[in-house]
Amino acid sequence: MQQRRVQDRIQRKRMNDPLSPQQLPDPTNIMQEEVAPNAAVAVAHKANPGAGLAASGESDILARAQAGDHSAFAQLYSLHKRRIYSLCLRMVGNVAEAEDLTQEAFLQLHRKIATFRGDSAFSTWLHRLTINVVLMHLRKRGLSLVSMDEAMEPAPEGNPGRSFGAADLTLAGSIDRLALERAVGHLPAGYRLIFVLHDIEGYEHNEIASMLECSIGNSKSQLHKARLKLRDALRSFPRQEARR
Amino acid sequence: MKEDPNQMDCLEFQALLPELIGAGGDAASHPHLLSCELCRALLADLETIAEAARRLFPIEEPPEKLWKQIESVIRDEEKAADPECETPRER
Repeated sequence: MQQRRVQDRIQRKRMNDPLSPQQLPDPTNIMQEEVAPNAAVAVAHKANPGAGLAASGESDILARAQAGDHSAFAQLYSLHKRRIYSLCLRMVGNVAEAEDLTQEAFLQLHRKIATFRGDSAFSTWLHRLTINVVLMHLRKRGLSLVSMDEAMEPAPEGNPGRSFGAADLTLAGSIDRLALERAVGHLPAGYRLIFVLHDIEGYEHNEIASMLECSIGNSKSQLHKARLKLRDALRSFPRQEARR
Repeated sequence: MKEDPNQMDCLEFQALLPELIGAGGDAASHPHLLSCELCRALLADLETIAEAARRLFPIEEPPEKLWKQIESVIRDEEKAADPECETPRER
């Protein structure tokens, strides 16, 4: 860390460029983000770590940011801010918390960026760093990820056999984004966490189990309960709205 | 629980569902579903929800103020770590 700070000072002196706000570019104007818009692409990133960097020229920006170039770090922020903020927002379901966690994730990134060795895609590494930040936050808030069942409401009706009704209420082809967003927002924190990581972000159960320090079976079971809860919620929303 | 998949009732089948789906196998080919419309509907709904999650969620934009806050903390941290380094602040 100290070495990087020295490197940073040398670079700024060489450029005769004290860190002034006027010279720091506004990352919101640098470039539009072109990173994985959905789980399928995220999985593709994991399968082909170099793809994202080659496509966007991000590797050069990353190298400069690792050398302490603040302008390059601002560019990295611009490239990844939307995806990281969206991840935080999905995981905690609260705008203010998501902003705080996004800030913390990028501060952690700034502190640790010199340790990135390129063993995985940078976006994957940043993603994992962000998930760790969110998990730390949730643990501090008292969510026990091992005993999530106790921390949450009981499974729908407490019995999977009674969680569904008539077949004519099937959801097939009838889910819209707003309804699903609302239903996910109403999920208890533990269920939402696993649903977001698996179904939205594309992580596998073994990866989730490792991140959350729970068993693979626990991850599968929690995901199943989350989907059951979503199913119940999605089927009840239209009826609730009709009564208004 | 009955070991013969052909003899399972709805409760037994649904208790098995997290593993059937989570293992990535073809849950739809389970013998119980041949004769159970309700469990078929349940499985179809769960698959629809998973598919919708992959497809529907948009990427959100964080507020512009966030970068200024991050930038400010970075400056403070660097100043604290290296007081000799002058970092003019915004006025």
